[in-house]
Amino acid sequence: MTNNVSNHIPSGPAAAAFLSGSIGLFVIGLLTTLSEASHAIGNALNWYNPSGSLVGKTGVGIIVWLIAWFFLNKAWKDKDVNLKSMFTWAIIITALGFLLTFPPFFVTFKG
Amino acid sequence: MFGLSFTPREFWAVIHGMILGGLFLISFAGGLAGLYFMRPQWMTTEGLRKQVSCLVKGTWVMAIVAWLTVITGTYIVYPWYRAPAPEGADLTQFPRSFLKANEAIAAWHNFGMEWKEHVAWFAPILATVVAYIVWRYRDQLAEDDRLRKYTIVFFVLAFLAAAVAGLLGALITKAAPVA
Repeated sequence: MTNNVSNHIPSGPAAAAFLSGSIGLFVIGLLTTLSEASHAIGNALNWYNPSGSLVGKTGVGIIVWLIAWFFLNKAWKDKDVNLKSMFTWAIIITALGFLLTFPPFFVTFKG
Repeated sequence: MFGLSFTPREFWAVIHGMILGGLFLISFAGGLAGLYFMRPQWMTTEGLRKQVSCLVKGTWVMAIVAWLTVITGTYIVYPWYRAPAPEGADLTQFPRSFLKANEAIAAWHNFGMEWKEHVAWFAPILATVVAYIVWRYRDQLAEDDRLRKYTIVFFVLAFLAAAVAGLLGALITKAAPVA
């Protein structure tokens, strides 16, 4: 298999995808914990009453993910960035996202 | 037919959990093998080209299936699960109220559903990132070990999120079916 230099895709788009995805997960986790801590936030995220605040939490997370992806990709689409560093950050942020959705963790903030 | 029937709620629970969720989890093994074995030293040029084509289609189908799973779950099945029970109602028709009213099984809601409903949404986001990278980088993934490994990590995380949600969903349904 051959890939000439002109076909090489820089690492920027991959870094933008990893990092923005992790940001989306983190926002969903953060809003899960915040809506547990504050009824006002939970009510503000209740965009569709039959499903409660879940729709708002995930809706905001998806919007932030897509906006972050758009801007990071725009900034890095033609650049080789430090993929290892960006991926490490993405994993840290993703881990925080998982933690923030974990009930034994977020109930400690119950308002 | 054959005495088999579903209520509308059971039908959508099957579509959400068994058809869509099950398809995502089952197809994970194929996608993982495709990514893992995507190495130029192990394949011919033609073989690699075909494998990339299959992976691009497969990972996008998985991402779409993951989105359909969480959308049907959140907008169709979950409202039935969390519907408040009227005064004096038969709680077995209101799963969340039924679980919360019984201390011995309340953890299926307080821990199980509370985690499932949120972590499930991680799967389509992670799966979309994987599908994008496979589509964007194609056979460059075979040459770039690091990028391929990172993509596999995100793919495994998507599976774990879906597996947690699927397992908890199955166990919660056993304790308090949406029927």
